[in-house]
Amino acid sequence: MAAMPVVSVLSGSPVAAAERPEPPFFRDLNLDRVCAGVTAGREQYDLAPFFRTPLRDADAVQYRHEVLRDLEKQDTAGAVAGFAERMRAVRDRLAQARKLRYRYQKESWFLGAARGYCAAVRALADALGGAELASRGLIAFRDYLAGYAASPEFASLAGEAAEVASSLDGVTYCVNVRGPRVIVTRYEGEADFSADVAATFAKFARGAVKDYRAAFRTWPEMDHVQEWIADRVARLFPAEFAALDGFCARHGRFEDETIVAFDREIQFYLGYLDFIAPMKAAGLEFCYPRISAADKETDVCGAFDLALAAKLAPRFAEMVSNDFRLSGEERIIVVTGPNHGGKTTFARMAGQLHYLASLGYPVPAGSARLFLPDQVFTHFEREEDLATLRGKLADELARLRDVLAAATGGSLLVMNESFASTTLRDAAFIGERILGQMTELGLLGVYVTFIDELASATPACVSMVGTVNPEDPAERTYKIVRKPADGLAYAAAIARKYRLTYPQLKERLAS
Amino acid sequence: MKARLMYADRDFDPGAALPVNEPDLAADLELGTLLDVMAGGDKFLFGIARRGLHSGLTDPAEIIYRQRVLTDCVAQPDVVRALYDLAVGAVDADRHLFGFLFRDSPDTILARSRQVMALYVTSLRRLADLGAEHAADFASQGFTRFFAMLAGELTSDYFDEMESRLAELELKRGTLMSARLGTGAKGTGYVLRRHPPVRGWRDRLPGRNRDAYSFTIPDRDEAGARALSELTSRAVNETANSLAQSADHIKGFFQVLCAELGFYLGCLNLRGRLLAEGLPVCYPVPAALGTQRLHADGLYDASLALTLDGPVTGNDVAADGRRLIIVTGANQGGKSTFLRSAGQAQLMLQAGMFAPARELTGSACSGLFTHYKREEDAAMERGKLDEELDRMSLIADWIRPDGLLLCNESFASTNEREGSQLAREIIRALTEAGIRIVFVTHLYDLAEGIRARGDDRALFLRAQRENDGVRTYRLLPGVPLPTSYGEDLYQEAFGADREATLL
Repeated sequence: MAAMPVVSVLSGSPVAAAERPEPPFFRDLNLDRVCAGVTAGREQYDLAPFFRTPLRDADAVQYRHEVLRDLEKQDTAGAVAGFAERMRAVRDRLAQARKLRYRYQKESWFLGAARGYCAAVRALADALGGAELASRGLIAFRDYLAGYAASPEFASLAGEAAEVASSLDGVTYCVNVRGPRVIVTRYEGEADFSADVAATFAKFARGAVKDYRAAFRTWPEMDHVQEWIADRVARLFPAEFAALDGFCARHGRFEDETIVAFDREIQFYLGYLDFIAPMKAAGLEFCYPRISAADKETDVCGAFDLALAAKLAPRFAEMVSNDFRLSGEERIIVVTGPNHGGKTTFARMAGQLHYLASLGYPVPAGSARLFLPDQVFTHFEREEDLATLRGKLADELARLRDVLAAATGGSLLVMNESFASTTLRDAAFIGERILGQMTELGLLGVYVTFIDELASATPACVSMVGTVNPEDPAERTYKIVRKPADGLAYAAAIARKYRLTYPQLKERLAS
Repeated sequence: MKARLMYADRDFDPGAALPVNEPDLAADLELGTLLDVMAGGDKFLFGIARRGLHSGLTDPAEIIYRQRVLTDCVAQPDVVRALYDLAVGAVDADRHLFGFLFRDSPDTILARSRQVMALYVTSLRRLADLGAEHAADFASQGFTRFFAMLAGELTSDYFDEMESRLAELELKRGTLMSARLGTGAKGTGYVLRRHPPVRGWRDRLPGRNRDAYSFTIPDRDEAGARALSELTSRAVNETANSLAQSADHIKGFFQVLCAELGFYLGCLNLRGRLLAEGLPVCYPVPAALGTQRLHADGLYDASLALTLDGPVTGNDVAADGRRLIIVTGANQGGKSTFLRSAGQAQLMLQAGMFAPARELTGSACSGLFTHYKREEDAAMERGKLDEELDRMSLIADWIRPDGLLLCNESFASTNEREGSQLAREIIRALTEAGIRIVFVTHLYDLAEGIRARGDDRALFLRAQRENDGVRTYRLLPGVPLPTSYGEDLYQEAFGADREATLL
């Protein structure tokens, strides 16, 4: 019965996600952290391949938006989460059954797995049956599931499992241990000793006292004494145990491929929704971006760095959001401003936004119109400890050359604080050339630099600047706004705060 | 089974939290001296006395309940002592056995609990006997109920039941347990069961009336023996817990009895010492919250009386209906002593104790607070005022309507005008909130300002000085005077130079 899944909630045309290494830009954009956050606790689903496979056309993105909108509805989300939990238990029980060696134990674990599976399928079919679905993906899956749950094979699996389990639940037996001698009988209503003891001394009862109960570790395996007892219990209850044997002999592998695939793929969505849920609850906004693979018009309001938000949790109120826009010929945002003023965060945010959009996810912004890039590139300063500055600059330029060679007019390039290892004049010179090449390619770019002049290097460039609070110039706002570069404003402010301006220094040195 | 000698409706809890400001009260009111006498060198009794002193009863009926029990104790000290010794003996009984260890198995716990229980049963028998012998000599509601309870609960039938239960717990017929099939067909839900009553020999023949399959663990199968013992441990677990907890409950009963009797023994100790010093004590007349009663004859500082050789001056106070008492006058003229005596009497009244006075009528308060000038932090004047305000702010967090605040030279750490202004604002706010204040101050601006306002709910007392300059340590009603008596102190300290200074 093993076969390719018939229906996929990730794509209208199901394909297996190939294993692939983490893209190099993940680390620069902190997407590795986002990926870790989204997949945390979901290791068993192996979601990373999905996270590393961006979509290339707008309809594929739309397909996922539809599923996500369905999943954002309370009843659908609850149904799917409940299903996932049941399926996890099924896998655990099957693994346990494989590990054990005593016959009745193996069989009992197997029976438990089968019952869990049937319950999972039924609960999901019921819940989805009553849910208002609009997505192509979930509607197709619901139809498939309904057919499966109504099939005679499934009905016989579920019916038998329930019957066998219920008769085993009715088994209660007694063991009397006197020295090495053990006698196993049916339970016949003997009185509970602890209750009688408590009753005798009840008149002394007063508030809470210490709990003297020993905590016993439990593990799945039986020791040989337990097996000997179980053998005798089986003789005391022959019909119940024969039914168990029969069930396991008749039902071998019971899971359906398409349902198993759904269980994995839906986690790609749930992981992200769980990841952003606390942020949404705290008032941070997410939206489904308007996506185009052709039009580079860009308009984003209230966007923030998702990795930073996750790190700040739960102090989400401290998150600062930013807007940016590219229209007409504009392609490259050149960001200047105070150190630690949020420039790098802004650049990462812009990169994350495009990549998350290409996975079909809602993006961390109030509203967004985005271009779907064919590839994402980053060029962040590397930490490598090269022998000379010259070596470091050479290395940087070599990497950048490779990037520009691989990039197309449909790519996104995020650059951060490059060429800091050379003189201002050299850096300005190189920066102008790079911006020229980027402009020529026509790609989308975010270019973080400390060189004001670059802000207007080419007509494709848009200048954005980190701002300071006019009331307290030393306070950083992390707001990046569209305006001409004015790098000196902050330097003067921070100098005043530390009384290091010219008049201040004169006065202090004079006294 | 509850002792109920401290409260008619609940146990005395010596472990309950003390008032948050207990350290301040202890220091400002010299409570240590009183508690030491109550405890008579016994650490346990010290803790009991302290908790008891801070009972803070507000219902006059609860206060009277204790006063009556205390009256019985005064009349029958030997019986009370015998009851206390019996309770202490029972609490200490399990010290002769090994204590529970962290990793004790249920079987060990069961065995030890059976032994402890046997000792408790013996103590309970002696308690029942003592009760039967002396119940008639006690009159208070508390003791009458206590002895009636012993007679009703600790019957000979009940002793028989306890003993047969303990015998059956030796499990001589084997450890019988029931179980169900849990996850993976493993036994679960082990419950220790009582063997059915022994039937005729015919019924006991195997296969006669029920299916039974058996096996025997071979001699050399050590793993099997361990596995079996773990199984019985699981079964015994709940029952061992039940018995150990029952033993704890009985111990708890004796512990509470110890604590409650211990408090009254402490009262007897203190009363004995004060009477031996020739000082009067009285059962104060409690008035309900919000009644603003304070009327005393010969109210004295018990701590001072216990440490000072020689007579102690008591004060007569007629402050019924007053919400503010301002005490001014000579330095070392008895102002602080008076404040302490008022605080001690308030605590003792609300603990159901006697009071250090010939006669006392007083209202309960919702909480007693002290705000005294602190001597530490002399280095920084500004810091002292900060510290004072900080403490006052804490008090404001805690104090509620019908609270009682004792201030001793508060806000003296700044200049008179600023201190007076701060104090006036605070006094006004607190008294309007229904809080009573006794304020000892040499801030003339403060005291005179309040007097000038003509509030008939304020009472002004003044430390007296006879014309020859000798202080009487007595406070009498009197408006503030613009001068203090620092000159006197100077003369006392520098007596020899007196004439020279005056010239």
